[in-house]
Amino acid sequence: MKEALSRRNLLGRLGAAAAGLMALPAARTAKAAVQKLFVSANAPNGYDPTKHKWVMAIDINRCIGCGLCAEACKKENHVPDEPNYFRTWVERYVITKPKPGSGEARGEVLVDSPDGGMHGFPEPPVPTDSILHSFFVPKLCNLCEHSPCVQACPVGATFDAPDGTVLIDPKYCIGCGFCIQACPYGCRFLSPVTHTAEKCTLCYHRITHGLNPACVEVCPTQARIFGDLKNAKPDDPITQFYQNNRVEALKPYLGTEPRVLYAGMDKEVR
Amino acid sequence: MTTEVTNIVVEVMPHFEGYVYPNESGQHPLWSVLIVLYPYITGLVAGAFIMASLVRVFKVRALEPVYRLSMLTALAFLLCAPLPLLFHLGHPERCYEVMMTPHLTSPMAIFGFVYAWYLMAVLLLELWFDFRRDLVAWSNVTSGFRGIIYRLFTLGVTDVSGPALRLDDKIGRTLSIVGIPSAFLLHGYVGFIFGSIKANPWWGSPLVPIIFILSAVVSGIALCVFNYMVLSWVRRRNTDMPCLDIMARFLFYALVVDAAVEGLDWIHRIYAAEEGFQIMKVMIREKLFYTLNLGQATMGTLLPLLLLGSLQLLRKRVPELIRRRMYFASSALILVGVLAMRWNVVIGGQLFSKSLRGVMAYKMEFSGMEGWFMGAVLLALPFTILTVFIKLFLSEKLPSAGHGEPTAARG
Repeated sequence: MKEALSRRNLLGRLGAAAAGLMALPAARTAKAAVQKLFVSANAPNGYDPTKHKWVMAIDINRCIGCGLCAEACKKENHVPDEPNYFRTWVERYVITKPKPGSGEARGEVLVDSPDGGMHGFPEPPVPTDSILHSFFVPKLCNLCEHSPCVQACPVGATFDAPDGTVLIDPKYCIGCGFCIQACPYGCRFLSPVTHTAEKCTLCYHRITHGLNPACVEVCPTQARIFGDLKNAKPDDPITQFYQNNRVEALKPYLGTEPRVLYAGMDKEVR
Repeated sequence: MTTEVTNIVVEVMPHFEGYVYPNESGQHPLWSVLIVLYPYITGLVAGAFIMASLVRVFKVRALEPVYRLSMLTALAFLLCAPLPLLFHLGHPERCYEVMMTPHLTSPMAIFGFVYAWYLMAVLLLELWFDFRRDLVAWSNVTSGFRGIIYRLFTLGVTDVSGPALRLDDKIGRTLSIVGIPSAFLLHGYVGFIFGSIKANPWWGSPLVPIIFILSAVVSGIALCVFNYMVLSWVRRRNTDMPCLDIMARFLFYALVVDAAVEGLDWIHRIYAAEEGFQIMKVMIREKLFYTLNLGQATMGTLLPLLLLGSLQLLRKRVPELIRRRMYFASSALILVGVLAMRWNVVIGGQLFSKSLRGVMAYKMEFSGMEGWFMGAVLLALPFTILTVFIKLFLSEKLPSAGHGEPTAARG
């Protein structure tokens, strides 16, 4: 019986060790959560993320497809030149006229984004007189209310900051790529330099200093509207945007509740 | 279709048709051959364990000759299961964070715990209780390095009295009962990693975890049949035909259920014809033509169904030798077919853009972390470990009292 008891003791000790190991992650998770709440990446001392709610909106009718925003973003955020990674990019939609007698309302839909639209766009792929509609759609992180990327991250390296941004802690990201797969909008990529996931931060290092994101700053037509919903005044561009436009989100059926809303959207935009 | 073959054989430049998001065209595909192997290996673990539990829990005595082999197969493959994941990470040195600071809404975060639970609390413990009596006996008759290994594995517990052995058996059985849902959890969770991605219409389906579990059971039993037959051939022993017949019968049943549920998934996809359906048609007809229609459906499912099904009806009329060859062919075909299935899920899900407007071709290299060579090494590794296990724990030279020593080994 003595031997049987010793086995029982052994099992007991193994159980205790397992329980100890289980408690460790819980403690570290709590610590990480506290850290995240109080320490925001690249924010100056005194910046309180709970006092802001940053958001961007896009007016498709205003975008001329110059691609300055994509270029500015690359430079400002040191986004790798190669391969073709972008934190923000511009897509061109060309919808052709239907063939006469086809019974269709519209013709073919052609979409492109050469170099993310960074150097503008070449001539349309079809003759101009056969085009029914043509428009440009700037894309960026959709700042989802229910971000699938945040939900999927196994270590909590990507998180919803209290000020409305969705950020990644590059010192924490393990580079598994799950968030990239989970993002329905193709907004994330695995940086070949840091081997971690990267995405639009709304130029967090700028907005926390009271500046506009680089893409907003260079946009010549104010197609990108940026603002702080918690401190918005009636004549702020963002307030005016919501007041003057009916807006739509990308892929609303996925339930991600994007906070980046578009005016002048077409059903073909995904 | 041709590009699919050329891309598998030689390296060609990435090729896109239609529109894909710029970030999708950069590193493509993000999850490649390593992530194909990960669910494949994990599935084999779960399946081999289920196979073993048929003996332990469901008392299918005819399968005793393969009990230990199945358990050791499960362990050898489980030890290798996290390797593809680990090698694939951008920062493998941070992998411990998955367990240290897990983000509990992520299916991937649960992996560390499910894996640890399955390895430590189920498989290793059950194997220890199963082998304890033999380990004590072997440590008494073996000297040298081998003897030290056996002595170490006894963990210093040398009581082999009647009550102690009865307790061993009781605990072993309990662990086996706990092990069945654990095996389902282990692989169901792997399926959920893909099934939970709503951004991807190829993956995001509640049926995916179920299909993963069922195909895991099929592939695991097939692996046990395969390993048992290879081991018997290597040892120049006769295979235990009743045991093989029963294994094949379970393999057939599992395959029928698996094929039915996979069929249901396809019928649902075709009938519902949701947003991503147009692009899925391109996948089936062009991008995955060979691996899906030929590899997964014809070779991996229909042919084995036909072979195994006909033997269910005509077993007594088919001579043993032919039967053995048919079983072997079926198990090998299923193993290839399930690998093709994992390929189709993982790679297929990344061959089209989430804009649903374009498709990509897969460029697979020979060398490098995501290349052919690495894939082959990772697939060979569990078999190598299993060989060591067999030499150590299923040796013909050692006396064995435990259940499940292959009759082939006994001669």
